[in-house]
Amino acid sequence: MLRFIVRRLLQLVLVIFALSVLLFAWLKSLPGGTVSAMLGERATPESREALTKELGLDQPIPVQYWSFLKRAVQGDFGVSNGVQPGTPALDLLLERFPATIELSISALLVAVLLALPLGYLAARRRGGILDNVAIVGSLVGVAVPVFFLAFLLKYWFAIELGWMPVSGRQEVGNATRVTGFFVLDGLLTREWDASLDALKHLVLPAIALASIPFAMIFRITRASVLDVLDEDFVRTARSKGLTSRVIRGRHIMRNALLPVITAIGLQTGLLLGGAILTETVFNFPGIGNALSEGFTKRDYPVLQVIILAAAGVYVLVNLVVDILYAVVDPRVRTR
Amino acid sequence: MTVRKSTSAVLLTAFALTLGACAESERSDDGSGGGSGGEGGDGTFTFGAAGAPEVFDPFYASDGETFRITRQIFEGLVEVKPGSAEIGPGLATEWEPNEDGTKWTFTLRDGVTFSDGEEMNAEAICANFERMADQNETAQAGPAEYWAYSMEGFGEDSLYRSCEATDDMTVDLTIARPTSKFPALLSLSSFAMQSPKALEEGNANEVTKQGEGFSYPENAQNPVGTGPYTFEKYDTANKTVTLKRNDDYWGEKAKNAEIVFKIIPDESTRRQELEADSINGYDLPNPVDWKGLEDGGNQVEVRPAFNILYMGLNPERNEKLQDKKVREAIGLALDREGMVKAQLPEGAVAASQFMPDTVQGYNSELQPTERDVEKAKSLLKEAGAEDLELTFAYPSEVTRPYMPNPQKIHEALTNNLEEVGITVKAVTKPWNGGYLDGVDNGQFDAWLLGWTGDYDSADNFIGTFFGNLESNDFQTSATDFGEQLSQEIKEADQTVDEAERTAMYEELNKKIAEEYIPGLPISHSPPAIVVNEDVEGLVASPLTAEEFSTVTVGGK
Repeated sequence: MLRFIVRRLLQLVLVIFALSVLLFAWLKSLPGGTVSAMLGERATPESREALTKELGLDQPIPVQYWSFLKRAVQGDFGVSNGVQPGTPALDLLLERFPATIELSISALLVAVLLALPLGYLAARRRGGILDNVAIVGSLVGVAVPVFFLAFLLKYWFAIELGWMPVSGRQEVGNATRVTGFFVLDGLLTREWDASLDALKHLVLPAIALASIPFAMIFRITRASVLDVLDEDFVRTARSKGLTSRVIRGRHIMRNALLPVITAIGLQTGLLLGGAILTETVFNFPGIGNALSEGFTKRDYPVLQVIILAAAGVYVLVNLVVDILYAVVDPRVRTR
Repeated sequence: MTVRKSTSAVLLTAFALTLGACAESERSDDGSGGGSGGEGGDGTFTFGAAGAPEVFDPFYASDGETFRITRQIFEGLVEVKPGSAEIGPGLATEWEPNEDGTKWTFTLRDGVTFSDGEEMNAEAICANFERMADQNETAQAGPAEYWAYSMEGFGEDSLYRSCEATDDMTVDLTIARPTSKFPALLSLSSFAMQSPKALEEGNANEVTKQGEGFSYPENAQNPVGTGPYTFEKYDTANKTVTLKRNDDYWGEKAKNAEIVFKIIPDESTRRQELEADSINGYDLPNPVDWKGLEDGGNQVEVRPAFNILYMGLNPERNEKLQDKKVREAIGLALDREGMVKAQLPEGAVAASQFMPDTVQGYNSELQPTERDVEKAKSLLKEAGAEDLELTFAYPSEVTRPYMPNPQKIHEALTNNLEEVGITVKAVTKPWNGGYLDGVDNGQFDAWLLGWTGDYDSADNFIGTFFGNLESNDFQTSATDFGEQLSQEIKEADQTVDEAERTAMYEELNKKIAEEYIPGLPISHSPPAIVVNEDVEGLVASPLTAEEFSTVTVGGK
């Protein structure tokens, strides 16, 4: 197992390196860029040239990349020049990541807590009303684009009904920051109003972001439970007179969960894509929000650090899924 | 299994307890982070900002979102009078130039202190100017952009020569030559006065390059000025900036205890936040929303237009544009009035010259060129340019106060040009993704761009556009009038007598519109600022330089 983990970690380094080369080449091929964004209408050929030279942007691309790489391995990805000017890109990432993690965990919780029981019940009552309603619901979840759902939720529940905040992460201005996870911070410091306020800001973005993972997890759970229900060992368990709780927990769900865990892992990685849209619609200050703003403002240091970090997280999440797989299914370990 | 579960539970509880023990609430006893009573009310004015501030040291800033914040904290020697573009007293109460306009004597206001308790006196003012003039190479190349541009560089090249404290409350500023920009340019937010103690302790000038950006010293995170508000905090994780009332302010105290700037980059979200009462106002609402916002009970304050939208022409790239008849024909082809009526907000007007009518030197006898299709066609024929082709560009991913909808404006003008037989090749590029570069590098025959004035000076408009012969977007060096125009602009700028200078600018505006035609002025468009019905006391500024100290929210 240890060798397996080490090998995967080495692969991670290679993936990040290859991605950094591609990313750098792509960003450098884009027209315009940092100098235009910094100088705006006031730019003159002289000021443009001076700034280009000062920032080393007149150097050949491989030289620029080497300089970037040398700094990056020391944790210096440069300074934001658009999203949060003057802030080191890595600091910005670390500051914004908790917001995205908080949102993603909330979305995943919503998705899993709804999809698992619904998937199980839908399979047990195959063809029934609940099954059909849940299938339609999951189809809607897959079919409706996240940003559109986000707009709809915002329009109904924040603007029309006024039940939820329109955007942002917290209204309470004097909340104490500890971990960067606002809900948790409020609980730890016993600033209940701050925690509740942060939770309220999470509700709509989390529901919007949960739509796709909910649909996928529900459909896979349903299909997987249906498969397992027909297995001999379930019939055997029933004939042994085991309680339905034991059969459900120990025999059906445990076996049905294997593909579900894979799906949850994949969805966790994919959540970032949805987070970019959701965070932008709700002006939720996570890395997705920073990424879209960074692109508009040609903030290359921020784009680089976020994309590389996101790729790293994606690979790590998949590694964790593989490990979990081995834990849930001992057969995997012996292969 | 039970043992493992219990162990996990114990570990989790221990972890939670440890974190809980480390985490103490940092709230103050009064339960607020706001202001502390004083003469003003205890309200909070929450403003939706379109972007994050660049840096809190205004000297290194160049964008409106930063200046909106620093303007509440800092003051300059001279200030723009509320609601106008005229300059008036600031930290100086009076000023007087010497005979040749190269030395300006400023009398300072008594009894002013910086919010850290430092006295505002002649020594403090000179410490600021010396600090601004003494920038390292990194700062000169980028962050000290306003100084580089307005003061024309550093060292020997600079307009600035020296600052001398002739007594405790009198300052002599010496400049290299007389200029119409003085003293108006001192009203720029970048040149606001900062506490010399804070500058020194915060190593204010230690700007360094880091990757493709700049890293700023401590002073830029803890700004200290003399203004009605003081900096409280920048909550980057929640994208808010909080200012607190300066209860020791020398003038009338701010009405609100706090101002909170919520950074909301998307305009429709800013509008929704306003409608949900989560913010009290935001800047530059889209003109198509003005009516809806007013119908919703909000106040849309339309500022006087202090800008210009123009169509640039590049005679170097397209040699046919070197012929005045061709440039004149293009001007005659454009239906400015029609475009203004169809595409721009109420209050917008067609432009006759490259500056708005509030600027000294505006020629009120000039009228916007009226459309004359036949004359345009005949001029093109005379010039042998009936087959004229133009690469005409407009920016995407942007709206500007002078150009609320670039694509629609471009479409309207393109139709006009095609009607006189000009073949237009439309080009669009993202504002920061090749458009500004393209204009600067002369990649288009014609393009749409504009300018919002920094201060009330004709030179800030036409000097910016055509003053520098060697490097201007209009490539006037490729024309037979470029050198003369540049020279005439310099002469006007250096004329000390105000009446004589104004007359020179009026004459220059006429020559630019009728004789030189380096480009085509199109329109002046009024930008707006919107606040909700609870807000009173906001004085809209044509320079978009509002001070929020007079604002009350809900009568508080």
